[in-house]
Amino acid sequence: MNRRNLALATISGAALLASTALMGAPPAAAPTKIGFIYVSPVGDAGWTYQHDLGRKQMEAEMKGAVTTKFIENVPEGADAERIIRQLAQDGNKIIFTTSFGYMNPTIKVAASYPDVAFFHATGYKTAKNVGIYNARFYEGRYLNGVIAGKMTKSNIAGYVAAFPIPEVVMGINAFTRGMKSVNPKAEVRVIWVNSWFDPGKEREAAMTLISQGADMITHHTDSTAVVQAAEEKHKEKGTWAFSYHSDMAKYGPTAQLSGTTHVWGDFYTRIVKEVLAKKWTGTNVWGGIKDGMIKLAPMSKSVPPDVQKQVHQLEAEIKAGKLHPFAGPVIDQGGKEILPKGKNMSDSDINAMNYYVQGVASVFPKN
Amino acid sequence: MGLTFISSILFATIVAGTPLIIVALGELITEKSGVLNLGAEGTMSVGAVAAFAVAHQTGSPLLGILAGMGAGMVMSLLFGISALTLMANQVASGLALSIFGVGLSAFIGKPYESVALASVEPIRIPLLHRIPVLGPALFEQQGLVYFSWLLIVAVAWFLYRSRSGLVLRAVGESPVSAHSIGYNVVRIRYQAVLFGGAMAGIGGAFLSVFYTPMWVEGMVAGRGWIALSLVVFATWRPGRVMIGAYLFGGCMIAQMFVQGSGARINIPSQFLSSLPYVATVLVLVLISRNRSTIRLNSPASLGQTFLRDA
Repeated sequence: MNRRNLALATISGAALLASTALMGAPPAAAPTKIGFIYVSPVGDAGWTYQHDLGRKQMEAEMKGAVTTKFIENVPEGADAERIIRQLAQDGNKIIFTTSFGYMNPTIKVAASYPDVAFFHATGYKTAKNVGIYNARFYEGRYLNGVIAGKMTKSNIAGYVAAFPIPEVVMGINAFTRGMKSVNPKAEVRVIWVNSWFDPGKEREAAMTLISQGADMITHHTDSTAVVQAAEEKHKEKGTWAFSYHSDMAKYGPTAQLSGTTHVWGDFYTRIVKEVLAKKWTGTNVWGGIKDGMIKLAPMSKSVPPDVQKQVHQLEAEIKAGKLHPFAGPVIDQGGKEILPKGKNMSDSDINAMNYYVQGVASVFPKN
Repeated sequence: MGLTFISSILFATIVAGTPLIIVALGELITEKSGVLNLGAEGTMSVGAVAAFAVAHQTGSPLLGILAGMGAGMVMSLLFGISALTLMANQVASGLALSIFGVGLSAFIGKPYESVALASVEPIRIPLLHRIPVLGPALFEQQGLVYFSWLLIVAVAWFLYRSRSGLVLRAVGESPVSAHSIGYNVVRIRYQAVLFGGAMAGIGGAFLSVFYTPMWVEGMVAGRGWIALSLVVFATWRPGRVMIGAYLFGGCMIAQMFVQGSGARINIPSQFLSSLPYVATVLVLVLISRNRSTIRLNSPASLGQTFLRDA
C-alpha cells in the first residue's frame, strides 16, 4: 500500500464514519456516490488535472445530489481492476475511468456490477452499462496551427510528442494542416520523447527544436516544461508556445499564444443527470468545440487582432460543421492522396491515422 | 552544420550529464565503502523538492542547493540507521528508501506544484567563455556544472591519493580486517553513506532549480537509477563515470537533434530513444572489459552486512 492509498484509506475511512453518522438522521435520499480513477497525480496542469476540474464542476453543479471521490496515480494494469472494483464495492453508482489503459479492467468489472454505470475515456469497447467518451483534440490543434502559420518568422514549428499512436499523430497532422492552410512554406518538425511525462527530456526536446530554428513550439506530453522552455528562450529567439491539455499561461506568461484545452465538466454534469433521471441508455461521445469539450486557451494579446478574428471565425465554422480539419484533399507526406477533394475524413479513419500529412518534415516512425 | 550547432549540442550534453555525474560519484563513494544504497531515486526526489521549496521561499538558488543537500543527508541517514545500525538487508533498505522518497517528495511538494521558478543565469568564466565553440558550451554554465568537474577530481584524488581514501577502500574490501586493525567500520560507512546522500540531494536540486526550474511529482524520472547503473558499468572509476554520463547525455541530445533537424532519416524514433542506454552500456563494457580490473575495482564486501561481533 503506497502513501496515496494509505492517505485515501484514512480519508475514506473518515468518510465512511461520517456517512454512517449521517445515516442516523433520516432525511431525504442520500446523495449518489460517484467515483473517478486517474492515471497520474492531479497536479496543477495536464490530462488528469482537466478531468479533476470537470469532476469539481459537476459536483458543484449537482450540489446535494451527488458526492464524488477520486483515486489518483493508479497505474494501468492489474492495480486498475482492483481499484475500479473497490470503487464499485464501496457503493459508487457512477464510475469514470479516465485513461485508455483502463479499458479492459472497466469492461471486466462492469460485468459484475450491472447496476453501476461506467464511463471510460478514450477507449472503444462498450457494454450495456459502459459508455465511452473522448474529445476531438485535433480541432483545437488545427486552430493553433493557423495562429502558428500566421505568426511564424522562420516557417518552422517544433512539436514535442510522446508516442506515435493515432491520438498523437492526428494532433500533429491537424496542427500542420492548420499551419499550412495559411502559410504554404510552413513545416513542422517532430521530436518523439517516448515518454508521457519526463520534464527534463521534454525540455531538452523543446530546446533542440528551438536551437534548430523552430519559433513555434507545442507539445503532446504531460508537463509544463515545453511552455517554460519557450518562455525562457522568448527574449533571445522570439519563441512562441501553444499549450496542451491545460492553459499554461502561468508558466509562459509572454510566450504562450494559445493552446488546446479539454473541458469535461459540462459532459460530466449532463451524463450524471441522465443517469440519475434513469434516462441513460448508453454513450459514445466524441465531442469537440461544438460540444464545449475542446476550448482554445485564451489567445494572448501578442496575437494580432486580424489573426484573432480569423481564428474566431474558423472556430465558428468548425462549430457549425462547415470546416473539418481533415477535409479532402488529404495528402500524406509521400504525396499520396489519402482522401479526395470534397469529402470529410470519417471518424474511424481519423482514429486509425498512421501517417504524416504533407508539411511534416520529419519521417513517420514506423514500427 | 554550423559551429553554433555543435556548440549547442555540446552545451546540452553537459547539462544533461551533470546530475548523473554528481549522483553517481556520491554513490561511488558509498559503494566503495562496501555499502549498496539503491535509494538514489528517492533521495534525489526529496532533494529536488526541498531545494525547490527553499529556493522559492528565499529566492536564493544557493540556499536551495544547501537544502537539497541537507534533505539528501537526512534521507541517507534513514538508510544508514536501517542498514548499518539495525543491520537490515541493504538492497531491501535501499529499495524501500527509493519508494518512500518518491512518495514523500510528492506529499511535501503538493503546494509547490503550481509555482514556477525564474531560471537562474549561468556563470560566465571570464576570458574562457570567449573561446569559439567550446567557450559558450563549457564556460557559460550553471555553477553546479563546474562543481561536478571539481567533484570528479576531488573524488579521484580522495580515493587514490589520500590516506582516508585508502581507509575507505579498505573498509569496502574487507571490513573485518579494517575492524581488526582498529578502524570504526560502521562510522566510516556512515560517512560514506551521508556523502552519497548529500550528492544525490544536490543532483535533485540541480533538476528542480536549474535544469527545469519547477517541481512536479515524478520529475526525477529514473535518473537516480541511471546514475546507479553508471557506477557499476564504470567499474567504480570516477573518470569512467564522467565518460558514461556525458555519453548518455550526448546520445540523448544527438538523437533529438537528428529528429528535430527535419532530415529524412528513416530510423524509428523508438530506436533512437533507446540509443543512449545501449550506447552507454556498450562503451563502458568495452572500455572495462578486462575481468581482473573489474574484480580489482569492485568493492569485495559490497552489499554485505558487517556484523561487528562476528
